Amino acid sequence: MAGWQTLLYKEVLRFWKVSFQTVAAPVLTAMLYLLIFGHVLESHVKVYGTVSYTAFLVPGLVMMSVLQNSFANSSSSLIQSKIMGNLVFVLLTPLSHWSWFVAYVGSSIARGLAVGTGVFVVTAAFARPSFVAPLWILVFAVLGAGMLGALGLIAGLWAEKFDQMAAFQNFVIMPMTFLSGVFYSIHSLPEFWQRVSHLNPFFYMIDGFRYGFFGVSDVSPWLSLGIVGSAMLVVSAIAVHLLRIGYKIRG
Amino acid sequence: MPAISFQSVSKTFPSARGGKLTALDGVSFDIEEGEFFGLLGPNGAGKTTLISILAGLSRATAGRVAVRGHDVVSDYAAARRQLGVVPQELVFDPFFTVREALRIQSGYFGVKNNEAWIGELLESLGLADKAHSNMRQLSGGMKRRVLVAQALVHKPPVIVLDEPTAGVDVELRQTLWQFIARLNRQGHTVLLTTHYLEEAEALCNRIAMLKTGRVVALERTSELLKAASSNVLRFKMDSQLPPEFAHKARVTGRIVQLPAHDAHEIEDYLSAIRRAGLRVEDVEIRKADLEDVFLDVMSAGYQQQKVAA
Repeated sequence: MAGWQTLLYKEVLRFWKVSFQTVAAPVLTAMLYLLIFGHVLESHVKVYGTVSYTAFLVPGLVMMSVLQNSFANSSSSLIQSKIMGNLVFVLLTPLSHWSWFVAYVGSSIARGLAVGTGVFVVTAAFARPSFVAPLWILVFAVLGAGMLGALGLIAGLWAEKFDQMAAFQNFVIMPMTFLSGVFYSIHSLPEFWQRVSHLNPFFYMIDGFRYGFFGVSDVSPWLSLGIVGSAMLVVSAIAVHLLRIGYKIRG
Repeated sequence: MPAISFQSVSKTFPSARGGKLTALDGVSFDIEEGEFFGLLGPNGAGKTTLISILAGLSRATAGRVAVRGHDVVSDYAAARRQLGVVPQELVFDPFFTVREALRIQSGYFGVKNNEAWIGELLESLGLADKAHSNMRQLSGGMKRRVLVAQALVHKPPVIVLDEPTAGVDVELRQTLWQFIARLNRQGHTVLLTTHYLEEAEALCNRIAMLKTGRVVALERTSELLKAASSNVLRFKMDSQLPPEFAHKARVTGRIVQLPAHDAHEIEDYLSAIRRAGLRVEDVEIRKADLEDVFLDVMSAGYQQQKVAA
């Protein structure tokens, strides 16, 4: 194995060794959301005309879990190693900033997809959505997980305390995922809030992802791909730059 | 080509009050291939800062550091391949067993099929029966051994130990020094920082002393010992020392130690004590050791002596 492959392997092993917490727990949480919201809202909310609310909810919950867990993976790994001091083992190696980026983002994608698959398998027992365009599903899952993994990398480098990390997670990541259309189609919102939603890149991830299942979405999947792809490029460029200058990790 | 070359290395930190704090101030010296080199100095002298810059954990404000000709900034990958660093802090990754930690560390350096060397490291450092224990279950001393093994896993030609024996029991110190001395005999260059001066005296062939970010002494260990007063008069007493040599004395509780160049000086001390009517016990004369030199240099007496000579 080359150096970057070892770091990727180590990062995957890290979350896999505690998979009850990192994979099973978020799957259970998503299932509870589906049970409760599906039960309460099934008969009240109609989306895209023909799609049942519970079926509509499944891809949203899958994507939300993918995004939150990808972010949690790189950010918590970095902040823990910084606070424990064991990041020094990686800092002392010849690994380049590109190796770090690929390993931290790659392992975040792995965790995001593992949790996403788990959520899908469990929730599919309650409402099976269709698979109109599976390639779109994969593209948006990987891009979404990658972007949140890179965001987690930035947050992990920036944060010096668990408190700051929790603030980033709860005041930025959580609202952006919850307000991205996981639980509703943005066409049900007043016009002002529809426009606000269009400024949230997370909305395009979930909308494009959902298109893969139903072949219907609030905006064209190509537009979503363009926006998510550009956001991914910007976030990645920032992350690679911070790694290159050793932001807050090489004094 | 030197194993390690420090060229006018300076490091300043922004201080809390908005000013600047100088940790290193134009440090320059070379460590040759195969040397066992000691870096000494009191807390806050800049030893760890210098090692952090060497290891790429920190960046110099000015100056340049090279490991076997590889610049630690512009050619960092090659420089870090040559270096094995044992960090001062007792850090560990709680997710892995000892063997996993070593395999992973080896992998970072792209070293393949390293099981034989990992086995040898575990054996030599007395870790063989802990190979499958999780890092969390190890005692402090065992964690320290793993840190040493991790630093050596890619067989670096240059080994850097930052106070590796701080708070470590006698047995480990023995095991560790035997092993490091063996590696040094095999041709590895060793750079050691330590608080235990007898260790530096026993192991290092050359020593640099740092004080407030500057090199204040750089000599072969034997020369350094010669340069200081060659003897020490040591005794115990309960009363105050005569004022004419009170400033020269090192006092630890009842124990008084006075540096002396020759027998005359010792006679002077003893007659002054007799004249003052003081009672002393357990009088002995011993050879000066590195601790005497160290205290001498740190109180700046050494530099003046050098200039006078």
